[in-house]
Amino acid sequence: MTNASLNTGGEAPKRSLRAQDALTKRRNAAERRFKAYGMAAIAVGLFFLAVLAVSIVRSGAPAFTRTVVEVELTVSPADIDAAESQLFKTKAYQDLFVAALDRQLTNNGVEVAFDPKAIERLLGKVGSTMREFYQANPAKVGKPVKFELAAASRVDRYLNGELTRDAIQDSRFMMKTDLDLVDVMVDTGVMKSSFNWTFITGADSGVDNPGGAGIGASVVGSFFMMLVVLVLSLPIGVAASIYLEEFAPQNRFTDLIEVNISNLAAVPSIVFGILGLAVFIQFMHLPQSAPLVGGLVLTLMTLPTIIISTRASLKAVPPSIRDAALGVGASKMQSVFHHVLPLAMPGILTGTIIGLAQALGETAPLLLIGMVGFVARGYPDGVVSGFVDPNSAMPAQIYTWAARADASFYEKAWGGIIVLLAFLLTMNIIAIILRRRFERRW
Amino acid sequence: MPVIWIIVAVLAIAGAGYILGRQRALARAGGDRRELHSLPSYYGSNVALKVAVPSFLLLIAWMIVQPFVVENAVSGMIPQSEIDEGSSLGLVMAEVRRAATGLENAVAQGVITEDFARNARADITDITQRLKDAGQIVTSDITQTILHAAQRYRLLSATGDMMMAIAVLLVALAGALWGLRESVPLFRARNAVERVMRAILVAAASVAILTTLGIVLSLIFNTIEFFRLYPAWDFFTGTNWAPSFSGRGGSSELGVLPLLWGTFYISLIALLVAVPIGLFSAIYLSEYASKHVRSIAKPMIEVLAGIPTIVYGLFALLTVGPLLLAVFGKEGLGWMQAGTAVMTAGLVMGVMLIPFVSSLSDDIINSVPQALRDGSFGLGATKSETIRQVVLPAALPGIVGAILLAASRAIGETMIVVLGAGAAARLSLNPFEAMTTVTAKIVSQLTGDADFASPEALVAFALGMTLFVITLGLNVLALYIVRKYREQYE
Repeated sequence: MTNASLNTGGEAPKRSLRAQDALTKRRNAAERRFKAYGMAAIAVGLFFLAVLAVSIVRSGAPAFTRTVVEVELTVSPADIDAAESQLFKTKAYQDLFVAALDRQLTNNGVEVAFDPKAIERLLGKVGSTMREFYQANPAKVGKPVKFELAAASRVDRYLNGELTRDAIQDSRFMMKTDLDLVDVMVDTGVMKSSFNWTFITGADSGVDNPGGAGIGASVVGSFFMMLVVLVLSLPIGVAASIYLEEFAPQNRFTDLIEVNISNLAAVPSIVFGILGLAVFIQFMHLPQSAPLVGGLVLTLMTLPTIIISTRASLKAVPPSIRDAALGVGASKMQSVFHHVLPLAMPGILTGTIIGLAQALGETAPLLLIGMVGFVARGYPDGVVSGFVDPNSAMPAQIYTWAARADASFYEKAWGGIIVLLAFLLTMNIIAIILRRRFERRW
Repeated sequence: MPVIWIIVAVLAIAGAGYILGRQRALARAGGDRRELHSLPSYYGSNVALKVAVPSFLLLIAWMIVQPFVVENAVSGMIPQSEIDEGSSLGLVMAEVRRAATGLENAVAQGVITEDFARNARADITDITQRLKDAGQIVTSDITQTILHAAQRYRLLSATGDMMMAIAVLLVALAGALWGLRESVPLFRARNAVERVMRAILVAAASVAILTTLGIVLSLIFNTIEFFRLYPAWDFFTGTNWAPSFSGRGGSSELGVLPLLWGTFYISLIALLVAVPIGLFSAIYLSEYASKHVRSIAKPMIEVLAGIPTIVYGLFALLTVGPLLLAVFGKEGLGWMQAGTAVMTAGLVMGVMLIPFVSSLSDDIINSVPQALRDGSFGLGATKSETIRQVVLPAALPGIVGAILLAASRAIGETMIVVLGAGAAARLSLNPFEAMTTVTAKIVSQLTGDADFASPEALVAFALGMTLFVITLGLNVLALYIVRKYREQYE
């Protein structure tokens, strides 16, 4: 009654309905603005993703290539005898190499005078590498051998453009004049970049040798750790979910378990590291830095994830399956293990793989159980030593490299991230394929 | 006998028991399985479970108890005079353990004979050097007392291991006999097996409780130990964080406030980045985006959540830090001293949290009933007005819960702050200064070479306790709010 008078107060403006008045315009503008905010937010999110991807690929790619000098030379038995009879044997071998390099450059039509010392700075101890080679392979004496020698990391950085000629201080590591030789060798194709297999297969090197560092040993460490996680968390997780989903009565004990699981899922990972340190190392005296301990800690951390996803896939199996099994005389246990569990298996496996992928990338707990701070120089000797001997894991190795003072290791850290992400991507793709292939919709 | 062989032997007995039990039940029924109460395999499983379960339980219990018994027996041999100033019984015992392992490994390598390992006297032979030559890690000179204790330790452990092997195998055999005796047609094998399986399921579910218990106990015991060495009041109210380095002496100042401030400041910046971006993404994806856009953009944003935190840490240290330094550093505005700063870590952490906020909010916005939107549209509201005045108020409790969960994530995040935030603990308002957090200090205090019993190392447990309590509180609050909200529209 009273509100009706509102519209009769003034004459309604006589104009087309299509023409917008000021208020409508403002409201529509607000609408467009609001939508733009949403689009901007998405764009910003995607922009960050793109920046992250670009910076990983750009900074990590150099870790997979290295600069090598390829020189073919033939060493006669007489040369060997002459070299072995000298006081500085490796120096003699180095002279042989320098002569061969000089010949190769001359054949390419370049005449360059260079300091033999420059070879040492650019390529490291060439002489001893050659001597070891010939002592290990006496049959190769007198035959043409192609030596592929890795150049120092400074050369890599110079060729990448990270290190400019002006920035180089003359030192025992590199002289400005060495770069002339580098340029000549690059021009003639003697120096070129090749795929860095050492990075994929090698173990960590010391702090002073970024060129020789590889991620292989820590991949093996991660592998043993994931084995522990898989073997423990899958059965325990599935058993716990079956109990909670199929058997647990509604009581205090069940509630306690439920609350614990949902809280554990949100406990910071570093706290699990403290748990591992206190229980597994301090209390049970398990070996420090061992993949076994890492695996145990990551198992406890992954369990809530696996339990939550397993319960979801058990819940997705319709009750009619259970009823049918019970109806033909199966016990409750039989109905679960013979019918519900196999039907839920694809979902469980998907959840497990995703949980494993999460565990694979986790770093913080590994720091506390001592998987950093030492140099994982080699591969484990066997299966048992793979579990209990100190080793690194991929994320811990990346952290170790990132924490080193020498900037050349940063590139290795980025490269390690590419390897880690490749593993994660593969695992996730497998999970997606599993889900697509076997998931049943009821 | 190494543990692995005991396990193999028990499994072999269990396997044999399975076959025998099954056969025995069938034979007793005259080969007619209809005479049996349960399927034949249940009789076999019954025997196998009776072999495996008790013997593995005994094995685990023995392995946990034995070190304590041995340690107790050996620690009595070390006189008070042998424990140096500034050392403790625990450290001497660690030395004893190391020496014992050293002896064990040296014998295994064939460097020293068994006889020598048992009877050598440190005052006569140079055992330290011989162990070092064998590639064993021995920290200091082994005195006669320590060597004697180590020899005793080794002997007791060996005897214990032997006894364990015998006891476990005896239990396994007894279990097999018990199970086989039961394998008669009228025995309700299925019920027996299912009872055991149910117990195993309950045990698996209890691992979650044990884990929580383990976390709480390991934090509490070490925290109490810490407060015995360092006053709790000073820890909670101290405004200075200056741990002395081990070996240099001097007292440490271990006030938690600068660390908490750093933690909250970084988390605040992270939330300032993540909440608007995440919330607006969620609104756009759930209310505006077409199905096609949603199916591409949503997984893309969620990729950010699947990236390991070490990657973000490196991103902060090597990409974002130098970038910010170029803008705000000496060459630019002059506010920033180094690449590692609160801003660096906060920004990167914010990026990490975007998908977290957006997918939680997305779920919550989607669960607001369509009727509310339809009502609002019917009154002539535009889409944005509906969202702002109807959908968001209805979803607010859930969104608050999501933000609290994100905050707890931010507070507990480690790698980004370890690599990106710097190491200096300070109370400052400048976001371009380096600060440090609770998590970063837990890492640095426990990975240094500080003695494990010193307050400098134990403080990490008190920090862990603080962190655990804060994140637990936030999680419980958030879950409570979210759950309460869900019930509202169900």
